Amino acid sequence: MNIQKRRKIESFLALSFSTAAALFGLFWLIFILSDVVIHGAAALNLDLFTKDPVPPGAEGGGLRNAFVGQLLITFFATLIGVPVGVLGGTFIAEYARGTKFARIISILSDIMVSVPSIVIGTFIYAVLVKPTGQFSGWAGAIALAVIMIPVVLRTTEDMLSLVPWTLREAAFALGAPYYKVIVQVVYRGAATGILTGILLSMARVAGETAPLLFTSFNNAFFSTNMNQPVASLTVTIFNYAMGPYETWHQQAWAASFVITIFILIITILGRLLIKWRYKK
Amino acid sequence: MTRLKILAALISCLIFYAVPSAASENLNGAGASFPAPVYQSWAYDYNKATGIRINYQSIGSGGGQRQIVNRTVDFGASDDPLKPEQLKKDNLIQFPAVIGGVVAVVNIAGVKEGELRLDADTLSKIFLGEIKTWDDSRIKTLNPKTALPAKPITVVHRSDGSGTTAIFTNYLTSVSADWKSKVGEGKAVKWPVGIGGKGNEGVANYVRQTPNSIGYVEFAYAKQNKLAFTQLKNRAGSFVNPGFDSFEDAADTGDFDPKKDFYTWLNNTPGKNSWPIAGATFILLAKDKTAQSAKAAKFFEWAFKNGDAKAKELVYVPLPKSLKDKIRLYWKLNSIQ
Amino acid sequence: MKRKNPFDLSFSLLTAAASATVLLLMAGIFIILVKESSLSIEKFGIYKFITTVDWDPVKEIFGAATSIYGTFVTTLIAMLIAIPTAIGIAIFVTEAAPNFLKGPIGSAIELLAAIPSIIYGMWGLFTLAPLMSRYIEPSLQKAFGDVPVLNILFQGTPMGIDILTASLILSIMIIPFTASISRDSFNLTPAVVKESAYAMGATKWEVIKNIVLPYSKLGVFGGIALSLGRALGETMAVAFVLGNKHHITASLLDPASTITVTLANEFTEADTDLYLSSLFYLALVLFILSFVVLAVAKFFLLRAERRYSR
Repeated sequence: MNIQKRRKIESFLALSFSTAAALFGLFWLIFILSDVVIHGAAALNLDLFTKDPVPPGAEGGGLRNAFVGQLLITFFATLIGVPVGVLGGTFIAEYARGTKFARIISILSDIMVSVPSIVIGTFIYAVLVKPTGQFSGWAGAIALAVIMIPVVLRTTEDMLSLVPWTLREAAFALGAPYYKVIVQVVYRGAATGILTGILLSMARVAGETAPLLFTSFNNAFFSTNMNQPVASLTVTIFNYAMGPYETWHQQAWAASFVITIFILIITILGRLLIKWRYKK
Repeated sequence: MTRLKILAALISCLIFYAVPSAASENLNGAGASFPAPVYQSWAYDYNKATGIRINYQSIGSGGGQRQIVNRTVDFGASDDPLKPEQLKKDNLIQFPAVIGGVVAVVNIAGVKEGELRLDADTLSKIFLGEIKTWDDSRIKTLNPKTALPAKPITVVHRSDGSGTTAIFTNYLTSVSADWKSKVGEGKAVKWPVGIGGKGNEGVANYVRQTPNSIGYVEFAYAKQNKLAFTQLKNRAGSFVNPGFDSFEDAADTGDFDPKKDFYTWLNNTPGKNSWPIAGATFILLAKDKTAQSAKAAKFFEWAFKNGDAKAKELVYVPLPKSLKDKIRLYWKLNSIQ
Repeated sequence: MKRKNPFDLSFSLLTAAASATVLLLMAGIFIILVKESSLSIEKFGIYKFITTVDWDPVKEIFGAATSIYGTFVTTLIAMLIAIPTAIGIAIFVTEAAPNFLKGPIGSAIELLAAIPSIIYGMWGLFTLAPLMSRYIEPSLQKAFGDVPVLNILFQGTPMGIDILTASLILSIMIIPFTASISRDSFNLTPAVVKESAYAMGATKWEVIKNIVLPYSKLGVFGGIALSLGRALGETMAVAFVLGNKHHITASLLDPASTITVTLANEFTEADTDLYLSSLFYLALVLFILSFVVLAVAKFFLLRAERRYSR
């Protein structure tokens, strides 16, 4: 066999391997999603959204409490996490641009994004749940907010940095103070990007289970009281899937279906937004 | 700017909505998964009858004790009774709520519920990992008529701190010297073999999913999931099936003394028809949180009056009337209610 | 001069405070974890804690060795599966695929990262574990049963709830992280260099092997370290299928436990102070571990960035 042919074959093999790798990845994606869709769609019904759970083993009932609880927790997490993240990102991209402090915060945020979420759950248990003597929706929302902050902070920083410096200078020339320039010019320029960051961070925390286990706990009843334990979809899925009842398993699949679709839609929406905004 | 104001108004509305109106009555309990079905059923009916919401979460007995000690819940539940000294130290009171039995469940193709017979010796050796396959001669001699596969046994136990484990290991410790020296008893022990499921639910689930496995669960979990429970040889030497009658037999011999905060075990009782692995499950209340404790006591008072039928339906043994009266007196003595 | 405005000053202070929360939170997490685990640190020390294989709540002996071992083994196997696959995918979407497929396939792979870990766990328990125990693990046992050394890895009863299943799920979860960072790094290889190599008659594989990979090495290392950090901290997906057993085992078909799984299972249920404190200690170990790994990841990525921007 001549060397030319061997090189060709080698190249062909390597590229085939890369194709196989891509197929391997796609295989799992399709496998998991179709499994969730098939099981979930079969178990979907109106009761799931309008009724509360019945005692274990009994037929019927739904997960209204968990849907509402999940929305509440995610909403308040966003309400806490987004302002802190956006403002923090603003500081390191604007006032502290290029300083050592900004670099440290930026690197630390990148690390914090990947800190195991269960560790954050134990932290919130120690500082919020134990001292107040109460598992609460707030504790859950704050745990999720802690996860959101670095995500939002980093995207904000990146997006603000993309706004051309000349735009700010033009505004300074008009005599505007820096804060006005940031709020009215820079934020406007980076709005889509920041929104995307917010959406992606919401998608990230909406699927979190581990930090809620010891913070918002769970509630068998419908409750919007954030000072009390609040049910969440993810913790309910964990309990129900680990549970022995067939009806629980079905409801867990249905809940998984809803939450997966919700998160995929947000993620894809975020991606499209950024593509649309920053297309060449 | 107006848009911002509207947004702000909306958000403050939502926050207002999420902050409690003091009127809504909520009580949080957590702990043992063993009585969870009956507590949750009672809570469901109690909510219908009174509008009060008792949120009981099954997190394991260890969790129930820890969370009431930390005062993060209004009542704790544990199958593993605390000793009076311990209660005093943490300023808690304790009373039984319902009685149940722990059963061994198996998943062997073709073996029906109540078919397999085990005794204390085989059961402890399976969980010690000394009996490794189902066709072991020691199991075969007890079950000459049953076809047992030559397959390895998968042991399923609890992964969390569990009162069910406390009852089960208390039983094994009382019947097997080997178990006592090698493993011991407690809510969580160092298991020689097997995989761990979270909660009675988790064990039931793993047994269902895993062929040739054996686990132990509270009887209601076996019944509701149609798991094949086994017969056991009791102290009197007869093979008994788990069930309402054999649990009640075990309960009758129990020595519940309010002076000892009802601390007792119901394992390996001498009755002729007694199920050998039974136990009461206990409620823990904080003495210093009188308002919440009174509310919790009220719930159990309601359950003692109206919940017996439901308990029986789920195969728990309601407390005998004399014991209920003792508990009411105990509440009074501790100035609750 | 621009800062004289009082509004400006307060706004800058507000933003400064917001950015400082990251610092405070990281420091706070560390301090609280140390404080809560102090009881256990005093009792067991550092060396003894991480080398003790006993995790025995009855005798109150707590050692992290089994959980650390489980964490390392599941992560290692997951990386062994994920790294080649992810790099293969990155090659596919940058070099091998026809142009109309590059974008869609890249995005599809990234969607794997968006699926919540609880879904991976549930799917793992109900769908993957039975398949593993019925088909894949018995055939692995058949294939390697007579091979010395390797057969140790596949001893025992295939239950599907074990290290192998957990690692496989973990690998699927981390593939998108390595893949997307590798892809981005590959894309940064200057087209001129690649084109001149092609002009000299190099095959696609030779260009990838000799030009693209060396050029983007740092970025790929960063991506690998990042997904390593992810894998160390993953909780829910593993909690469903690992079997929660505290022991050190050579067989991949045995159940095990990781730091995260131990925390998820036992945290609300620990009864004694020492038990709870030891769980906090475990969380501290995990925090430090992942901090170091992620810092290494960041180090590579920053160096890569500096190099490409040069």
